[in-house]
Amino acid sequence: MLMNLFKFKGGVKPPTNKTQSLTLPIAQAPLPSRLIVPLHQSIGGTPRPVVQAGDKVLKGQLIGKADGWISAAVHAPTSGSVLEVAMHVQPHPSGLDALCVVIEPDGKDEWIAHGPLDYAAMTPEAVREHLQQSGVVGLGGAAFPTHGKLTASKTVPMDELIINGAECEPFITCDDLLMRERAEEVVRGIGIFRDLLQPKKVLIGIEDNKPEAAAAMRAAVDALNEPFLVIQVPTLYPAGGAKQLIRVLTGKEVPAAKRSTDLGVQCFNVATAYTAWRTIAYGEPVVSRLVTLSGNVHAPRNYEVLIGTPMGELLKLAMPHPDTDGIVMGGPMMGFLVPNDQVPVIKATNCLIAHSARVFPPKAPEMPCIRCGACAEACPHELQPFELYWFSRAKNFGKTQEYHIFDCIECGCCSFVCPSRIPLVQYFRFAKSEIWAREREKNAADGAKTRFEFKLLRDEREKAEKAEKLAKVAAAQAAKKAAEAAAAAESGTAAVETDTAPVTAVDAEKEAKKAAIAAAVARAKAQREAAPARNTAAVTIEQQHAIDDIEARRAVLEPAPQTSAAPPAEKAE
Amino acid sequence: MDILLAIAIMALGAVVLGAALGFASVKFKVEGDPLVEKIEGILPQTQCGQCGFPGCKPYAEAIAKGEVDINLCPPGGMEGVQKLADLLGREVKELEAEEKPKQVAIIDENTCIGCTLCIQACPVDAIVGAAKQMHTIIAPLCTGCELCLPPCPVECISMEAIGENLDNWKWKYPVVEIKAAVLQKAA
Repeated sequence: MLMNLFKFKGGVKPPTNKTQSLTLPIAQAPLPSRLIVPLHQSIGGTPRPVVQAGDKVLKGQLIGKADGWISAAVHAPTSGSVLEVAMHVQPHPSGLDALCVVIEPDGKDEWIAHGPLDYAAMTPEAVREHLQQSGVVGLGGAAFPTHGKLTASKTVPMDELIINGAECEPFITCDDLLMRERAEEVVRGIGIFRDLLQPKKVLIGIEDNKPEAAAAMRAAVDALNEPFLVIQVPTLYPAGGAKQLIRVLTGKEVPAAKRSTDLGVQCFNVATAYTAWRTIAYGEPVVSRLVTLSGNVHAPRNYEVLIGTPMGELLKLAMPHPDTDGIVMGGPMMGFLVPNDQVPVIKATNCLIAHSARVFPPKAPEMPCIRCGACAEACPHELQPFELYWFSRAKNFGKTQEYHIFDCIECGCCSFVCPSRIPLVQYFRFAKSEIWAREREKNAADGAKTRFEFKLLRDEREKAEKAEKLAKVAAAQAAKKAAEAAAAAESGTAAVETDTAPVTAVDAEKEAKKAAIAAAVARAKAQREAAPARNTAAVTIEQQHAIDDIEARRAVLEPAPQTSAAPPAEKAE
Repeated sequence: MDILLAIAIMALGAVVLGAALGFASVKFKVEGDPLVEKIEGILPQTQCGQCGFPGCKPYAEAIAKGEVDINLCPPGGMEGVQKLADLLGREVKELEAEEKPKQVAIIDENTCIGCTLCIQACPVDAIVGAAKQMHTIIAPLCTGCELCLPPCPVECISMEAIGENLDNWKWKYPVVEIKAAVLQKAA
């Protein structure tokens, strides 16, 4: 199929290292000793746990409920019992903990009742909802909840749907093998996306170093009689970046601060399409994914791995060499060393590379920037990394934003070509997270300021209202006094009394106020004693016990409320 | 005659320009002191009163008038002092009080008696509750000012430092390792 392809600027050609893990077909990884399933696996709200320690769960059972629209549910990857819902180290460069559900498999791998859905009868809303409930997220690495990308823009017509099978990072081959072995299901999944978005064209982009995958996809497209175009794009890192692939296939350049949907383009990974089809056609939520095991190992291969499998246990399948000193999650360009080998595989884990000094020789020390401009030539986003480097290094964050630091996709091309071996991307990540933190702080401070100002305003208003009320009462009292005085004057003693009238008015007013407060206190007391709490009408025995406990504690603290009640009463006077 | 004409023209010009200036000074009048706003933008808006002023704005006003030092705001930290010094062209001074990590107030809900005193004390409306009802802190709104601690009659509020978590974690500044050069032994 001949088609005019476009080019993006820059890019690099690192050694691909893909052949090692391509020799063997996909294998099923055995059940691990335990599964640590993080609840927060996708961008957006953290799902809320719906199981607790001791619960028995079945494979595919919901364990984390999606929180909000941009959030995807999490499911038990196998049957077994929940050991705990606790904090565990995450596969994240920070090495920090997050809430995980730890499951001990019972070995039966027993599915919860599930079955195919009647796709033809489903409304688009129902399909999106089902994808969210099944935990379908972008499996290319960013893990954005897929249903959130499946609503066509109302203003811009959807021109192209791009399916990303480029897989440009070295070492990673999971998408390649998925397309070779399960092309039909991938194409059917793309069909779902097509039905929801109604694009004019569907383009499947695959790097030209994967001819087998492209052939398999073409065969599947022909077999299913779909009008999708399978296009081989030149092998050039980072051709698999969403914006780069869009550029290559359509010639459209996504501007900063805009989304591809604003240009009528949407992009999905092939593995995402595959899971979307599985969840519609079989009712299976996302509980496993393909992971490439490679690097410093004896038997590199792709495995179908349950989410939550500890990485160390998984890597043993590939028999790492004894000098392995760490695990890299992702590829060598954008991946990172995980904090330890107990961290679990998550939905975003596409590849584990056994790290050793042999596979990744230690870099020579960093040298000063010589402003050669090699990084600017390699940058696929046409940024000027050397300028960004100066400003990030000097912590001049305003300037980094002027040079569009947020357009940087952290692909690592600049660091790759830098003759001075400067870890440029690390500087950019530092600058970005610093800018985000400042933004957060600024928003928090602004919010605090408006709330504080509102509180001051409210206090003023309440004071004014109170003063007005008191003035009214005083006026009434004065009028009464005046009437009394008038009455007294009639009886003859007026001349003496009129002088003292204002004074007694004030006194009387005070007296009246005191009486009113006393009456209010008495009323409150009576009300408290008379009215039983509404929420204690129907309580279980346990709740009654809990209430009794609290009452006992309250009895101990009984003097406290009275002392506490004193200051506001004083204030009121 | 010419000279009179020249004077008349100049006078007319003066009147017109004067009227324009007068109009501009009314029309484009700057409300409030822009310097106070700038200073307030630097202050952290915790409204804690540790500077001795009832809120960030009064402190900002006092700084703008040059009445007080710029190092009285512990929540702003040394970074805040530095920024104020840059803005005002004053000298950087050490903070008066100790710099504390960011904190959030926590109400022990078992002990809370529902007296509403902390709600009245909170400057940023970050506590919810009602009389005789349990109170609780809305953590994201809490500025950690500690103003709710003294009024509590049963001491059920405690301050907890906000540790690093996945939401506020930041990439660290790349550290350049400096290795000692291997000394060559004299042959």
